Amino acid sequence: MDNGCFSTPRRDFPAGLRVLVVDDDPTWLKILEKMLKKCNYEVTTCCLARQALNLLRERKDGYDIVISDVNMPDMDGFKLLEHVGLEMDLPVIMMSVDGETSRVMKGVQHGACDYLLKPIRMKELRNIWQHVFRKRIHEVREFENFESFESMHLMRNGSDLSEEGNMFALEDMTSSKKRKDVDGKHDDREFLDSSSSKKARVVWSVDLHQKFVKAVNQIGFDKVGPKKILDLMNVPWLSRENVASHLQKYRLYLSRLQKDNEQKSSSSGMKHSDLPLKDVGSFGFQNSADKQQNDASIDRYNYSEGTLQHQNMETKSHESNPKGTVPHSITAEKVKAFVPLESEGKNATFQSTMSTTQYSWTEIPKTQLKKEQKPIVHPEDNFNLLPLHGKQHNIQVDQSQSIASISSTPSIAEQDVAGCIETKPRFADYKKDYTSSVSSIRSSVDTFPFQPGNLMMNYQPSQQAISTTNLGVKTQSYNNLSCISDLESYQRNLLFGGEAASAAPLDEDLYFYWHNMNFGQQSIGMPEYYDPGLLTEVPNHLYDSTDYSVIDQGLFIA
Amino acid sequence: MDRNNCRRQVAAMKQSLFDQGLLDEQFIQLEELQDDANPNFVEEIVTLYYRDSSRLISNLEQTLERNPLDFNKLDTIMHQFKGSSSSIGAKKVKAESSLIREYCRTGNAEGCRKSYQQMKKEYVALRKKLENYFQLARQAGPLERACRPK
Repeated sequence: MDNGCFSTPRRDFPAGLRVLVVDDDPTWLKILEKMLKKCNYEVTTCCLARQALNLLRERKDGYDIVISDVNMPDMDGFKLLEHVGLEMDLPVIMMSVDGETSRVMKGVQHGACDYLLKPIRMKELRNIWQHVFRKRIHEVREFENFESFESMHLMRNGSDLSEEGNMFALEDMTSSKKRKDVDGKHDDREFLDSSSSKKARVVWSVDLHQKFVKAVNQIGFDKVGPKKILDLMNVPWLSRENVASHLQKYRLYLSRLQKDNEQKSSSSGMKHSDLPLKDVGSFGFQNSADKQQNDASIDRYNYSEGTLQHQNMETKSHESNPKGTVPHSITAEKVKAFVPLESEGKNATFQSTMSTTQYSWTEIPKTQLKKEQKPIVHPEDNFNLLPLHGKQHNIQVDQSQSIASISSTPSIAEQDVAGCIETKPRFADYKKDYTSSVSSIRSSVDTFPFQPGNLMMNYQPSQQAISTTNLGVKTQSYNNLSCISDLESYQRNLLFGGEAASAAPLDEDLYFYWHNMNFGQQSIGMPEYYDPGLLTEVPNHLYDSTDYSVIDQGLFIA
Repeated sequence: MDRNNCRRQVAAMKQSLFDQGLLDEQFIQLEELQDDANPNFVEEIVTLYYRDSSRLISNLEQTLERNPLDFNKLDTIMHQFKGSSSSIGAKKVKAESSLIREYCRTGNAEGCRKSYQQMKKEYVALRKKLENYFQLARQAGPLERACRPK
């Protein structure tokens, strides 16, 4: 199967649209299958969300659209939705027999491109192709916005690199619709054409994403912009548009996390953080202070574990101010850990510690850590242990697989603990997709590929903090990557955000996202990636009664 | 002759199911999906529904037996059940399911149990009727096509 959205550009679109249907109700599954077949679509069914995710990951670009029920036993449909949106950037349609406005709204907020009510009519299914089409159009338009000779040139090169299959048939349609200056000569890969033609689908490999995140960090979240990132990344075949797209997705991801976080903590209203949606130029990333925090947290992480290992963090259900008494004691300890951070030397330590995890933390972290070596401010604030609602999570680093998996023991009813461990995998081995944290923590333990450098465990007693590590990258689509970078930014926010208020939205989003990702993923998927040997005993004494929420994240296998 | 007779009977039976409010539009949709590739599609779906929902029924009964009643759990099962029932167009069953969910929301255990009894009656009755219907339809032969009730 090609990397293109369609295996081959189809002249008879939307026929042959590849649909993945997920529903735990076998009766509906069968009905939908039949209906979709009647629409001349190619249907794949599965009754478990996890199974669906596996299918999607196995065959990247093997599906064009996903239809999923909202209520499923193994994973909340909304989580699946987030996962798919982030990892694969596919349009997702939700369905339910429950048509309550709040539910529908939630669906849309989580990124569903449509919400169907059961019983579903065939005519409703006939039109689902429009969502696929729309997405393509937007991608092309996005590209156009960044028109520049260089971009075009890069695009062309990129196109050359990509398979023909990547070219969406949309191109033809776009041309014919004269939406852009398409002249329909899509064999002409000149930049003129690229502005109108479909955009080659960039595969954001672990390496690439690592570069991306590194660049973002170097620039500084608040100053980041696609051009700058692109320049720093120094990847000749990458276009600014690719980067911008990636960035946007990452932001969205982080904002969603934050939003979820907010929701869950029932703190301020939904702040749909527009942060990621703001102008591309000014990324809403936190300033260096955050980074500092992040670094600190990473450090802390190391500190507590010696390596990037697992900390069994029990999350306390404090909803209140994180700077609780308990954390303070821990904080104090942590502060020690962080103190060295202020010096370059710490970096080295950090690195070495990290290196035990087999992650090439050194590179990125070094950069980051060195970057802003500010004294740790408000350690108490920042190091909040992350007591996410009393959840207990274990952060585990699967050394054998070089995957960081954070397993969470959801003791919290809600699966809000979302943490992203962001690592920048340097090695090609880590072609893992990181699970969009938002989705089911319950369902899968996704281990995030480690990206050296951004491993930050953010513990905040407040509900905001979530340890976040920038997960590496998914080789697949750059959506993930953008999410990752968003994650980074959020991490920063989170870390920083002991004072949280300002950063709150982001933090919370990330928080929730992280939580969500990891919640309940403990056993699921873990076995694959989890190397029990890696689990170190949690130095409980460090945390006292503070709870940490560990994020359990499954590792996406690219 | 006999076939025609059969077909007329089938049509009449179906019509009555609609008239009684036991089935809704969804059933027609299912019939429209039936084709040469799946000539017994509707029956297969109904069979699948009853098989799957029987599992839900036993869950329901277990839950209802407990005291105090776990409304959340009941609501969850009912949600599933409602979704399932909507798949074949089981109108009355679906309506009763909604009612039970409403009782769950208000914490009315008595209401839940009573409604459940009612719903189960409808559920069982519908099954019997559909069994008869399909039996007759099979006799009438494959030419039986979906036709909208007047």
